[in-house]
Amino acid sequence: MDFDLNDEQRLLKESVDRLILDQYQFQQRKQYMAEPAGYSAAMWDRFAEQGLLGLPFPEAAGGFGGGPIETMIVAEAFGRGLVVEPYFATVVLGGGLLRRAADPAVLAALGPQIVAGKLKLAFAHIERHSRYDLANVSTSAKKDGSGYVLNGAKSVAMHGDSADKLLVTARMSGGQMDRGGIGLFIVDATAAGVARQGYPTQDGLRAAEVVLTNARAELLRDNALPAIEHAVDEAIAALCAEAVGAMQSMQDLTLEYLKTRKQFGRAIGSFQVLQHRSVDMLVALEGARSMAMFAAVMAAEENPIERRRAISAAKSQIGRSGKHIGQEAIQLHGGIGMTLEYSVGHYFKRMTMIDALYGDADHHLTALAGLGGLFGAAA
Amino acid sequence: MDLNFTEEEIAFRDEVRAFFRSAIPDSIRAKVAEGEGLTRDDMIQSQRILNKYGYCTPNWPVAWGGKDWTPVQVYLYQDEMQLANVPSPIAFNVSMVGPVIAQFGSEEMKKRFLPATANADIFWCQGFSEPGSGSDLASLRTRAERKGDKYVVNGQKIWTTLAQYGEWIFCLVRTNTEAKQQEGISFLLIDMKTPGITVRPIITIDGGREVNEVFFDNVEVPVENLVGQENKGWDYAKFLLGNERTGIARVGNSKAKVARIKELAAIEQSGGRPLIQDPKFREKLAAIEIELKALEMTQLRVVADERKLEKGRQNPASSILKLKGSVIQQQLTELVMEVVGPYAMPYQREFDGRNEPVVGPEYATEAAPMYFNYRKVSIYGGSNEIQRNIIAKAILGL
Repeated sequence: MDFDLNDEQRLLKESVDRLILDQYQFQQRKQYMAEPAGYSAAMWDRFAEQGLLGLPFPEAAGGFGGGPIETMIVAEAFGRGLVVEPYFATVVLGGGLLRRAADPAVLAALGPQIVAGKLKLAFAHIERHSRYDLANVSTSAKKDGSGYVLNGAKSVAMHGDSADKLLVTARMSGGQMDRGGIGLFIVDATAAGVARQGYPTQDGLRAAEVVLTNARAELLRDNALPAIEHAVDEAIAALCAEAVGAMQSMQDLTLEYLKTRKQFGRAIGSFQVLQHRSVDMLVALEGARSMAMFAAVMAAEENPIERRRAISAAKSQIGRSGKHIGQEAIQLHGGIGMTLEYSVGHYFKRMTMIDALYGDADHHLTALAGLGGLFGAAA
Repeated sequence: MDLNFTEEEIAFRDEVRAFFRSAIPDSIRAKVAEGEGLTRDDMIQSQRILNKYGYCTPNWPVAWGGKDWTPVQVYLYQDEMQLANVPSPIAFNVSMVGPVIAQFGSEEMKKRFLPATANADIFWCQGFSEPGSGSDLASLRTRAERKGDKYVVNGQKIWTTLAQYGEWIFCLVRTNTEAKQQEGISFLLIDMKTPGITVRPIITIDGGREVNEVFFDNVEVPVENLVGQENKGWDYAKFLLGNERTGIARVGNSKAKVARIKELAAIEQSGGRPLIQDPKFREKLAAIEIELKALEMTQLRVVADERKLEKGRQNPASSILKLKGSVIQQQLTELVMEVVGPYAMPYQREFDGRNEPVVGPEYATEAAPMYFNYRKVSIYGGSNEIQRNIIAKAILGL
């Protein structure tokens, strides 16, 4: 039982921490966001050069065979930097879906392109009434010659506007809520019948609405829900780590502010009411950090019930801790925390969006309760 | 990063698990599971079994019956003890005065007290708090004046847990009124049979007699009962309070309580079905389980980190453990009370056992008293507000 990183993981952490420190200051990030794609193409190339894009792919797909711990290390650093490049969409979630659902041959063909920074992916799943339910799919898939055609509308596909290919859930059989009959398809983002409307999200990232009208698609996996769930669970573990990075930054910024801001002739951090509130922020942060580690360790678990319990517990904790720390960070900063010119609000906004990604705190609490909780009667 | 224990650690865990579940009588463990008060004999019997097999004082120096265990082994020992509903050894003996004597006492004192303390041949109680000195402990005023080869002690202690069983009391007393508050305090061992000591019970809101007032009226204490040096008692007290680290979160107890709540909620009915099937109840429990899992993981992080810290140094996260652990324990007692519903209402506690037939299910009798009683856990041992002060200063640098 240990929480230590091995030598390679330590090196990875040092290099990615250094990258964020050197290249991802608040003002630099602003410039990246001003580029046409909404992020920095040069930074994407930099990620490729540093091997970050190949991290979670097996060597057969041109990657480095990293697991959830490696992804956790990168995600936490990216959370501190509020990275706007489509790393989560392409590498973590897109890559995860390919690893979990696609044939090895497809992975071997597409993996190297992702690793080289030449291929970007987006997961187009959410529909008007699906909310956080991965089994709720009404977009239809119909066989057409050697492939399929898809019809339906997908919402808030993260980085769907800059993706080269879309990974799309569509129903091959069964009713809208059935767990069976869901296929995972890959669609060329510029193909005929694919209409995309890109837009910025509240946290400064990008997303797209996607309308599919007889769009030609290739089937990656039928009855794909279990594989999709596993990929999404792994992605949630990464979001938890990213959130911890963002929470840590808010905690650091707030402490710094409490120590330097003077009112009534003294540093406001000398006031007990503010001290106690920052201690409660720390408690929330440490709880979140512990659960993000738990999520990372459990993300690769093959038993879906055990895995989902752990992931739901972690995501729920992250949502609550994140909301608490975010709201308190703004409050303790006072007026300056409200301004777009200051970083703390941007962390708060990212935290808020992370809660809404793949199930908020309440959604996952309900899911965990449905699975019977964490501690069995035979503890 | 790896949450799995080594084969050796698993073997150790299995060994202590089997021991706790076979060696300690079921009747005692059942009382702990339901939150019933233990009798003095229960506590002594249980502790003597632990001591006989070398499982009582792992935190003491090896020369005095301690174990050279790794932090992981200590963690597993505590976790398994709590999961098995085995009473922790008397804290005043094993976690408090024992380590202080072992660290700061003379050889004669160690020989005289340590074996008897480990075996519960002496039942210790703790004389720290005073009516005017709670969170501000260093302001204590109980006076010990040196007269020849004796100290003469006058004053009052309060919240003295189980003083009615106490054969000896370890006290913080003021030996110098001129010096800075912290520098005029000594650590004194006092035989409770000494003339001039009066113990008066304080009945708490749960109806139990757990705490007492202890009055000292010209109590004569031989100078050889002074631990370490005169006026250094504050240092020893800080050592004592910082001594218990990971066990303080009582994660094992809370895990056992969650399991018990699930059992009880499968028996109790609500709306014509077992309460455990009620989605709202399940969510309430799941929310606490998440907090408990986070606490367990944080505790494991502290344990893992302890291997790297020099012995005796404290991981700052341990104060978070107390803060969070206390609240979770309280929430669980609240939930037990909710589980039994109206059967939480009958008042059926008497000080020395029950004479009347139980109203409702047996397991309901302690639900409300336990809830009321557990309000204490965020007050004792440094209230949660004091813990926040400590964390703000020591960890956050505010």
